[in-house]
Parts: sequence; structure tokens; C-alpha cells
Amino acid sequence: MAEVVFEGVSKRFARTQAVADLSLTVRDGEFLVLLGPTGAGKTTTLRLVAGLEAPDAGRLRMEGRDITGEPPSTRDVAFVFQQYSLYPHLSVYDNLAFPLRSPARRIPEDQVRARVTEIARLLHLQEKLDNRATRLSGGQMQRVAIGRALVRRPAIFLMDEPLSSLDAKLRAEMRVELKRIHRELGATILYVTHDQTEAMTMATRIGVLEHGRLVQLGSPREIYEDPINIHVATRLGSPSVNLMPRQLFPSVRVPEGAVTIGVRTEHVRIRKSANGAAVGRVRWIEHLGDQSHLHVTVADTDVITLADPHADLAVGDEVAIEMVAPLFFDASGERVRPGGNGR
Amino acid sequence: MTATTLAHSVVEPSGRSKGIAGTVIVVYAVISMVPLVWIFLTAFKSPSDSIAYPPKIVFHPTLDGTCNLFTTISRQTADYISSLPPPMNVCDRIARARNMVVAGPSNFVPRFLNSLIIAFGSTALSVVLGVTAAYAFSRFRVPAKDDLLFFILSTRMMPPIAVAIPIYLMYRELGLSDTHLGMILLYSAVNVSLAVWLLKGFIDEIPREYEEAALVDGYTRLQAFRKVVLPQATTGIVATAIFCLIFAWNEYAFATLLTSGQAQTAPPFIPIIIGEGGQDWPAVAAATTLFLVPILVFTVLLRKNLLRGITFGAVRK
Repeated sequence: MAEVVFEGVSKRFARTQAVADLSLTVRDGEFLVLLGPTGAGKTTTLRLVAGLEAPDAGRLRMEGRDITGEPPSTRDVAFVFQQYSLYPHLSVYDNLAFPLRSPARRIPEDQVRARVTEIARLLHLQEKLDNRATRLSGGQMQRVAIGRALVRRPAIFLMDEPLSSLDAKLRAEMRVELKRIHRELGATILYVTHDQTEAMTMATRIGVLEHGRLVQLGSPREIYEDPINIHVATRLGSPSVNLMPRQLFPSVRVPEGAVTIGVRTEHVRIRKSANGAAVGRVRWIEHLGDQSHLHVTVADTDVITLADPHADLAVGDEVAIEMVAPLFFDASGERVRPGGNGR
Repeated sequence: MTATTLAHSVVEPSGRSKGIAGTVIVVYAVISMVPLVWIFLTAFKSPSDSIAYPPKIVFHPTLDGTCNLFTTISRQTADYISSLPPPMNVCDRIARARNMVVAGPSNFVPRFLNSLIIAFGSTALSVVLGVTAAYAFSRFRVPAKDDLLFFILSTRMMPPIAVAIPIYLMYRELGLSDTHLGMILLYSAVNVSLAVWLLKGFIDEIPREYEEAALVDGYTRLQAFRKVVLPQATTGIVATAIFCLIFAWNEYAFATLLTSGQAQTAPPFIPIIIGEGGQDWPAVAAATTLFLVPILVFTVLLRKNLLRGITFGAVRK
């Protein structure tokens, strides 16, 4: 396991700047999740570490050693691809053994067998070892793909949305599984996703990427509670953070320059209106069982709140809205904090 | 899956259309089989039966044609023949019945071997060149890639025989006339464009991630090509090999022009098998029948791959 350092790394493809001046340290033993929308440069970042792309500028270090110019085969990284990339002409066993059988490694076959058997047990694949890799369910394929990375104990695991093609139930299972692997092996993992749940549940730290730039880096809690701009705020939370023009709430005290108020669904308190501050009307109630989402219209803006499913509210009710821990943003979308500029 | 047992599937053809399709296939098969059956039967006719009119469906089968194909015979006096020891084999016996003796083996076997060497040699060369070139075109940034690919294909746009005279003169100067090497190079030159185009299609279909996975797993580019790309391209390679083999095996015009002895292949040899009093049709038919065997065996052995190869790429899995 090792520390990986990006030093001002940039990569450009024809017209798009995939990664722009990225400086980042993936700490030893850390589960670092890069979160961002499609095209934010997440996958390119992983491919740069793997050596599948060469940076236009900047250096990459692993355990202090400069690996910028090294070919993929000598970097000692493992890559779990989004599309599994299991070798379809090989059995599950041979897929798992493939990295160990690399001519560069020359591991005796009995050790290969021991290692593959161990990993197969860890991932509950013992029964499937003789199957063709293509004769597996999606979840099993993904476990094999992860297993192929695990057999080697590489310096760093690079995972490119490995759970994105699984169904919801399997995804939840695999999240737990990956987190367990991270803990048990003390592995360093650089993980890319656009799924905020994956980021929130598994990450030691989250890095939010936008247009190839690292916008914010911090623990999941920091990123969620203390986003530095609207973009980061909207990346996390489901339903998404409510963004409302400041004018809707004339009574709320806001810092200078704030034009947008952001408030998370769980931070909106609703009361049946009598003489409340801001007044809205319940437009629609989504019953989710354990809770309800209330869609409230304030002027022309839709506000979504969490509500007790047994709350005595119906569509058409007039309600008063009260905000806990609102976030304020200026005209360019940057965060403004009460009591002066910056932190 | 249970739905298909309850209701009739929308994509599954109905029994009636299956019946029509089956009939069409059977009729087509019969039509294309008739000439083959005719040749096969002719191979076992006597020379006079083979040119009888109306054609004989029922006849007394003989090995005359086969014997004439494999041996050369010469006419001898009855006295000489009666002085010989008893016939050693069936061909001897047939010849002596007509006051002939077997003088020795014919040229058919060496010509057939020439065909095998040249066809399989050029197929191997075309496929090796084709798969490496196709891989490069598919994966690397080749300057003027599209132009090069078009140029490669354009070599097939004219009938190859259009360049027969220049090639003939060139081969004579280079000493490649009537050599195995010359014919292998010539057929490979024709086939390699087909091979590059076919194989590029197949290799394009293999996602790059497999090689990238292998690179990260500690393999070099060449090792990844061997361990990951080639096994997955087997289907395409087999299909391409069959196409190349069929061309090289059947090629007639260049073979006639450029080979006469040493390296002569079977196609120019078969039609000129002369028997007593003109063309020896049973011998020609016997040669043709045997000529079909290698392609038949090769194709049947690789049938599963071929079928998947031809339809590959039509449906994305």
C-alpha cells in the first residue's frame, strides 16, 4: 500500500481539458472517492495513475518515486473497470490468476492457486471458479473484476464506477463488501463515481471534481455540511438541496452579497400556517413509507422538505417555512458566510 | 422465460414462415448440390458412359476415371501383356483389359500437393500479416489511416488478372515463375487486403479495456496482444482464413499463367487430363471430387467458428 501524489497534473484531449492542474495526495490506506458528473475528468484521473494516459504537465509520485513516465505494467496498480473487462475466453479461475501469471512476475503455479482460492473465498466465488467468465450474473462478474484486482496486493486500487451497472440491491451489498475489503486489507483505494451514496458511505475523504478541477476535498461530512459553492452543495443530498432566491424570505437575515439561499430537505421545518414568515402551499406529497417528501410552492419556487408521514398535512394546505442552518451563495455561486467574508 | 411458454413470442417466427424458410433452403440446397452429385457420379462412370446421351443415371460403376487420374498408361501388344506377371492392383487390371499397362504414377499427386502448399502457405501468410496490420489500424494512431485502409482495399477493385502481364514479366525477371514462393506471395498479396479489412472489423469489436486491463496487470503490449486479443479474435481469424484459403485453392488464371511444372497447382492441371481419344471426363470428375475434399474438411472442422464469424458484428451482444 502506498501514498500517491499528483503534482499539478494536467491532461487535455483535443478540445476538452480533462484534468486541469490537479494537485492531490491520496494518503496511504485511504479510501478517496472522486465525485463529479460525467465529463468531469474522474476516469482520466484514474487512467493517469494507471499509466494508460500520459499527463501533458505535472508529475505523479508513488511512495515518493516518480512514476510519470513508467509504463502501466511496472506501476503496481490494480484497475477495476466500469465494464468489468473480464477476459471472456478464460474461466473465472484463469481470470483471477491472470495478473499473477504475468511474465513479469513469475509466481509459481501453486502460489497462484493458493492466492486465487483465498480471494475466491473472500468474494464468495469458490463455486464459480470453473465457469466461463461470461456465464455469470452482473454481481458475480463485478466480484471477479474486483477479485482480479485483489489477488495482487497492489500499491493502490483504482476503481472506475465499479458498481454502476449493478442493480440497487447488489450495489448496496457491494458497497458494504468494498468497505469491508478496505478495512480488512488496509488498502489504498482511489475510487471514482457520480453516485453520491457511494461517496458518502465508503469514502474516507471525498474530492469533488468539476471540469477537470478539484473543487473541494474533505471528509463526507465536511463536504455535505460545508460546501464551498452551489455546485458542491447540489452534488450531495437526495433530494437535492433546495435553492431559493433570497427575496422569497425577506425576514431571514443574510450575509452581505447573498442572492441564493440553499437549504437541505431535512433542514426545512414546516408548520401549518397561521401567521408564519414565508408562506407556501403544499403542492404534492410523496409517501416513501418511513418518511414523506413534501413539495411546497413558495411564490414560483418548489421547496422539497422531509416530513413525518403522520403529519397532519394535505395537498393545498398553507404552510409556514422555517429554515435550520441555511447556506448562502453569492451571484457567482460561491458560498458566503455570516459574519464577514470567508471562513 | 415463463412468458414464452405461455404466449407466443413476438420475435419467434411462426410455424408457417419456418416451413416456407425450410422449403426454400431445401430447394436451394438441391439446386446447388446437383452439379456436385453429377461430378461425383461421373467420376465412377466409364469414359463412354460419361458422354452418353441421354445422360445415364443408372450405370455400371468403374474405377477407370480414378485409375486414369493417378496413373499414366501406355498401349502394348497382347503378347507383351500376357508375358507379364499377374496384375498387382485394380488399375493394372483395368488397363490390361484394354491392352494397356500402367507406366507409372501421373502428375496428379504432386500437383495436388503443390495446391496444398501454396493455398495453406498463402493463407497463413495473409492471416499473419492481416491480423498484425488490422491490430495496428484498430489500436494505434496511424498517420493517414483512412487513406491507407482505402488504398489497401483499392487493390481489390480491379480484377487481379488485369495486372497479369506485368506480374508475368516481373516474375520471370525475379525468377519467381513456377515457384511455390512466387505463388504464395502472389495469393497473399491479393488476400491480405481482404484479411486486413475483415480482421480490423473483428478487432474493433474487442473492447480496448481488455488490453488495458492486461497492461495494468503487468503484461506488455505484445503479451497482451497474444494472451487477450488473439484468443478473442479466433472467430475472425478462422473466418478470414477460410475465405483466403478458398480463394487461393480455387485460383485458376494466375496459376495457368505462372505455373507449368514444378509449382503447378491442381486447377490448371485438372482440365487438361487427356485420355484416349480426347478429354477424359471421368478422370477430370474424379480429380474435381478429390479437389473439393480439403476445403470441405477445413470448413466443416471450423464450421461453428465460420458461422459466428460471418454474422459477427451484425448483432451487438
